[in-house]
Order: sequence, then C-alpha cells, then structure tokens
Amino acid sequence: MIAASVFDLPSYVQHSYLGLLGEQLEVSLGATLGGLLVSLPIGQACARWRLLYPPVLGLVTVAYSIPSLALFVFLIDYTGITDTTLFIALALYSLCILVPGVVDGIRTVPPEVKLAADAMGYGPARRYFQVELPIAAPTIMAAVRVATVSSISLMSIGAVIGNLGGFGQLFTTGLRSFNLSLVWLGLFSLVVLALLCDVLLRLAQRLMTPWADRRSARA
Amino acid sequence: MIDFLRQFFSDPRFQSGYDGIWQRISEHCWYSLIAFLCAAAIGLPLALLTGHIGRGDGPIAALAAVGRAMPSLGLIVLLAVKIGVFNFNAALIPLVALAVPPILLTTHEGLRAVERSVVDAARGMGMRPLQVLFRVEIPSALPLILSGLRTAAVQVVATTTIAAVISFGGLGRYVVDGLSQYQYYQVVGGGFLVVLLSVATLILFSVITRLAVSPGLRRNR
Amino acid sequence: MISFERVTKRYPDGTVAVNELSFTAPDGAITVLVGPSGCGKTTSLRMVNRLIEPTEGRIAIDGTDVRARPAAELRRSIGYVIQHAGLFPHRTIVDNITTVPRLLGTDRRTARNRAHELMELVGLDPALAKRYPYQLSGGQQQRVGVARALAADPPVLLMDEPFSAVDPIVRKGLQEEFLRIQGEVAKTILFVTHDIDEAIKLGDKIAVLREGGVLAQFASPDRLLAEPADDFVEQFLGRDRGIRRLTFYPSAGLSLQEGPVVAADTPAPSARDAALSAGTPWLLIVDADRRPLGWANPAALPDQGPIGNARLIGYGHAFVPGSDSLRAALDAAVLSPTGWAVGTDGNGQVLGVISQESIGSAIRAAHAQSSTERERADEKAAAADAAPDSGTAAEADEPSAADSAGSEAPPSDEAPLEQAR
Repeated sequence: MIAASVFDLPSYVQHSYLGLLGEQLEVSLGATLGGLLVSLPIGQACARWRLLYPPVLGLVTVAYSIPSLALFVFLIDYTGITDTTLFIALALYSLCILVPGVVDGIRTVPPEVKLAADAMGYGPARRYFQVELPIAAPTIMAAVRVATVSSISLMSIGAVIGNLGGFGQLFTTGLRSFNLSLVWLGLFSLVVLALLCDVLLRLAQRLMTPWADRRSARA
Repeated sequence: MIDFLRQFFSDPRFQSGYDGIWQRISEHCWYSLIAFLCAAAIGLPLALLTGHIGRGDGPIAALAAVGRAMPSLGLIVLLAVKIGVFNFNAALIPLVALAVPPILLTTHEGLRAVERSVVDAARGMGMRPLQVLFRVEIPSALPLILSGLRTAAVQVVATTTIAAVISFGGLGRYVVDGLSQYQYYQVVGGGFLVVLLSVATLILFSVITRLAVSPGLRRNR
Repeated sequence: MISFERVTKRYPDGTVAVNELSFTAPDGAITVLVGPSGCGKTTSLRMVNRLIEPTEGRIAIDGTDVRARPAAELRRSIGYVIQHAGLFPHRTIVDNITTVPRLLGTDRRTARNRAHELMELVGLDPALAKRYPYQLSGGQQQRVGVARALAADPPVLLMDEPFSAVDPIVRKGLQEEFLRIQGEVAKTILFVTHDIDEAIKLGDKIAVLREGGVLAQFASPDRLLAEPADDFVEQFLGRDRGIRRLTFYPSAGLSLQEGPVVAADTPAPSARDAALSAGTPWLLIVDADRRPLGWANPAALPDQGPIGNARLIGYGHAFVPGSDSLRAALDAAVLSPTGWAVGTDGNGQVLGVISQESIGSAIRAAHAQSSTERERADEKAAAADAAPDSGTAAEADEPSAADSAGSEAPPSDEAPLEQAR
C-alpha cells in the first residue's frame, strides 16, 4: 500500500514518522500550553491595572516581530541545539498572541455580571473560575487556536538549526537529497495536523461553553 | 553574547564583498521589499473590493487560517526542489503567498468595521461608490489596514531569512553558513542584524501610521 | 414639494414595506412620517433620495421624478440627516460640514466660510471647528449633522430619527433649536420619527403610517388630535388628546383683568376697595417692579397699613399671553391654588390675571372657530378636487388656528371672550 511506504522514512532522516510526530506534538502543543499558563496571570493583571497594558502590549508587539530563526539562534547559547530551545521560543510567541487574547476575553465580561456575582456571595477565586473565565473563554480559545496553529507551523523552522523541528526535518532532508516526496509529506502532515488541532479545539470550546453564542466567536 | 557580536563585526570576511554586512543587508531589504510590494499589490485591491462590498467574510477568514498553518520553510523548499531553481526567485512565490493572508484579512476587517451610519451618510450625501471607498472608508479603516501591512512586512523580513537555506543571500546566509561552519558568532551576528531590521520595520510603520492616520481616529483602544 | 404617488416597496421574499403611499409634503414646511416599527417610514424616506428604489409608483420633487437624474447627483441636492449623525471620524468638524459643497466644486475658502456661518446657525461654539467628532457630545454631533446637511443649501431635507439617539433633555433642546432654524431657513423637510409627541411638536403636516406601510391619516397636528381617522390612529395618539390640542391655540386673545393687581405698598383699605370693584375673590400682590409676589384673600388683610405683610398664597407659575399657548395658560390656572392664572410679559412683569373659567370659555370659543375653519378647508379641498387641475389638493387644509382666538370670534352662542368673570 502506498500509505505504508510513504510513512516509512529513509534511514538518513534519523527518525521514524511517528517519532517526528511525537516530537512535533510534544514541543509545539507543550509550548502553547506553557504560554497559556503564563499569559493568564499576566493578562489578568493587565485587565485589572489598565496602565499596565499599553507597555505590555508594546513589548509583546516587538517580541513577536523577532524572526523565529533569530530567536532560536540567540537561545542556542543558553539551551543549546535542543528541543528546549524551540520550546522556549515557541512559548514566547504563543505568549505574544495569548496575552492580548486573554485581556480581550476578560474585557468581554460585563461589569454588571461581576457585581451580581459579588452580591450573591461569590468569593474572588470562585468568581474568577466560575464566572469570569467561562465568559472570557470563547475569546481566549480563539487566541489559543491561533497560537496552536502558529506554533505547529513555526516549529518546523527549527530544522534549520539542527536535528530538530519535528516535521520540519523532512524539509531540510528533502532539500539535501532532492527528495520531493519527503517535502510533500512534511507539508501535508503539518497542515493536516494544524487544521486538525484547530477543529479539535473548536469542538472542545463548544463542549466547555455550550451556552456561548456561536456567532460571536470568530475564527 | 556581546563577545560573539564583537567577533562578528570585526571579522574581515564580513566587512565587504559578497559576504559583507552591508551587501547582505541591502540584499535582504531589497528582496523583502519586492515580496512585500507584490503581496500588497495582490492583497490590497482584493480586500478593498470585498470589504467595500461586504462579502467574503467566511472565505477570507478561512484563507487566513490556512495561511497561518502553512510552514514557510516547507513551501520554500518545495518550490525550490520542484523547479530546480535555487535563488530568490524560487522563494518569491511562497513569500508572497504567505504575506497575502494577513493583508487580506486585516484590510477586509478594517473596512467592515467602519460604522454603518458613516457609510450611509456618505452615500446619502451623494458620493459615488468609489468616492465613498477612497474618501471615507479607507481613511476610517487606515489604522487597521496599516497594522495588517505591518504584520505582513515583518513576516516577509523573517521569512526572507529562512530563504537562505536554498542558497539565497540576505542575512539568513550568516545563520545557515555559521551553523554549517560551526561558527556560532556568525550565527549570532546574522540573527542580531535580522532583529534590527525587523525592529526598524516596526518603527517605520509606526511613523507612517502616525503621519497618515487622521488625529480623529486616535482614540485609545 | 415632495409628492408620493402610489409608491410601493415590495421585497423579493414578499414583504411589503410600503403600500400605495400617496401624499404631498408642502414647500417650506415640516412633514413628519410617524408610526410603529415596521410601518415603512424609514423605507419611504430613503426612497426619496434613492437609497432604496420603489417597486411601483413615483416620487417627485417639485414635479420632477427623482429617477430623472443620476442618483449621486440627486443626493447632492438633498440634505440627509440620520440618527447617530454618521459624521466622518477622520475629518474635522469644519471638513465634515464642507463635504457636499466640496463635492459640488466649491473652493475651500468659500466652503469654510459657509461652514462657520452654519455652525453659528445651529448653535455650535466656533471653537469646535477644528475638533474631531469623537471629541463632541451626542447632541453636538447631531447639530453638526444638521449643519452638514444644510451646507449646500438644498431645498429639501430628509431627516431619519435625528433626535432619537440623545437623552430626553438634550432632545428637547435640539427640537426647539431645530424649529428656530427652520424658522430662518424654511426648507421643505421630510422627518421620520416613532415618537408621536415629537411629530405633533415639530410637524406642520403629519403622515401616520400603519404596519405594512399603509397611510392611516395625513393631516395637520391639530386636525389629527381633533379627528383621528380610525382606532389605530387614536390608539397611537395616546391619551390626553384634548389637552394636547390646546398647544395649538394661542393665548394672545385672552383678556386679562388688571383690577385685582395691587402693589405691595398699597394701604389695606384701598386694597379692599379694589377687590370689591373688581369683583374678584382674590388679590394679586406685586412688588415695586410689578413682579408677582402671591395671592391674598381680601378678607384676611390687616385692617390698616400696607398689605405687603399679609400672608400670601403662592401663585405657581405665570404664563406669557401671546407667546404661550392656551395649554400653558390653563396649566397656570390649574396649578394655582386659587384657580386664577397670572399673565406676565416677557420680562416677568404682570399684565393681568384670568380665571380658570374664563380660560375655559376661551377654549370653547377656540374649538368652535377651529371646527368652522376645518369645515371651510374641507369644502375648499372638495371643490379643488372636483376641478381637473387640482394640484396641491392635500395642502389646502386649514392653516393652523392662526390669529388670536378672540379677534375672529364667530357669532356663536358661546359668551364672547370679552366678558370675563
């Protein structure tokens, strides 16, 4: 079957297909998750103390404009040519997408709702988790989707600096050995993976917030 | 880090000639500019049309999502290997293709975000459709349009760096060569210069936005 | 004038927004289209400047079909004011106002001068000229919208709920300013609102529309209140029609009594004499400037000395005969604990007093005159219809109960106004 032979990678790739897939998922999804965990408190702080947001936003815009290759390269000095380098860089980029997303999401919570919750006796932690986050969820999830897709595709650039980058390695190896089918495989895998994650995240969002108005959550 | 940079800038190899710093910078700028202008020439007119008419929200959003998912490295390599050409021309098509979605999306959204009452008033006053577009809609949407162009420009600068893998010049050359020659200082030098270029692009767009956008639109958002 | 001739708007899915609408909006007057949501009033308005095209029928301005010219050209000759103003956010106030003149080719200097004139006309502080829309309040933005519509001096103005988006206090001010401006420019205006009180306040003619775009009644505000065409119009008009009608009767012809008005330094016996000769149960005490202080009961006055120290009953508020309506006069009388109203001139100096009963007689006389005028107007309209070149039949309605209700009092069996109590 074609499928079987396509996914059998030549030995000079130094990984199996599944190995590449594993690496891809581990690093890019992990980085997005890490970015999310850090962006939640930062976003909350920016929403609470309004003066904080403009400088943070400025910082984030500048950081996001750093070309990925350059960032990988700077990190090599500290974390070497390893997946950790990619992880940190991708997490930073996810942060740049997620912090504005979190702030926008929190801002969509109407103040009257928070007041009502307080009046009903919700403590601050309970109010945050049971009232504010759920309402902010659609907007935040939209940003998470963008960050996930970006991380998956950005990671492939890591292949330029070495034996990393998940499916990106198919590109570099394919280039070196003029193996077009490897390149197609890489492209196909990355795009399918990215779109699959997008769909799964949308599904997760629907399950989490069945009450949300579908029309307001945009791509 | 500083030591690496010092080493990079004092290395005679990079002072002049085809591997010289200024040579590489101007290559990078020149080719980024070409790609950016092509992308703008495709994306802007299309988005102005769809935004003015008010159709195409769905397809454009989908296009933007697909554009985000596309790996730049993969596309560049694909085209290069496919057509067997290993210089900038091979990279041009993917570069432009990847830069069009941000321009398309943001310009379209910017136009759609113009308040309906403003457009209604413009039509009701007797402006013809093109006049409405150029005298009212575009100036009102300018902040968003410029931000989309800025995103695309920064992206093009970054992706041009990657084009070095297919033996194109530009600042990416330092990174790729440095890695293969195990000269880390060269790698760092290249990366540093690229960052400078990106920031310069950001600054350029900030200035343009400040100058071109009407003060009436400068509300705190 | 703007004439609608059997105009219909039907959408592809079958909805009829406007159904065989026919009426004529007279020159130099405000015609209001009013009705509940879904009655097609905004659709009708937008058909005049062809933002929407009618399915059937014809709309003509001064006899020329609106379709005779290219749409953009037509619109430059019509002023258009909408809710939320729709000001261009990227242009200064002055540049907003000069939009249409510049479109028509006027040079910048002339256009700017005109803009400044207009800003003054609509009551805007000249300092706002260089500001941007986001820096102005809602009420100010609406004024700019009106100025912008007037900039090219169009003969016709279309206004779509222009005052609905501001709060009631600002709205009242804008309405009054608007009437003042119309007094100066006398444009032919088609005005859309959902608020019947606004329609009655502003309209010279009112077209009440029913859901489905059907004309229920087309009449002046007075006739509308007096003779609603059917249950729907009556319901829509709401309560207190009788009292609301009184706003259309001027108080100019009321005769006030001066006898009961005495100065505060008058000695008590003279005051009592004044009360006796005037035959009124109350005396109005005024100060040295002839401003009202309050009512006094003649029987409760001190025996001697000036009456200024007597206990006074508050007079509520006064009305200004001539500029205030009979409604204001009646309100002043009803509000006053004594049942008598105080009439003052524009400076607050007392002209005289009048009882509720006398005002009542004046109201009845005004009614009688008004219905006679309506009958005459109907006869004229019927005669005009019979003749082939009827022309503006709909505008042959009666003029608003114009001059003093007293001067032309027909010989009816009502007591003439002169005879006050």
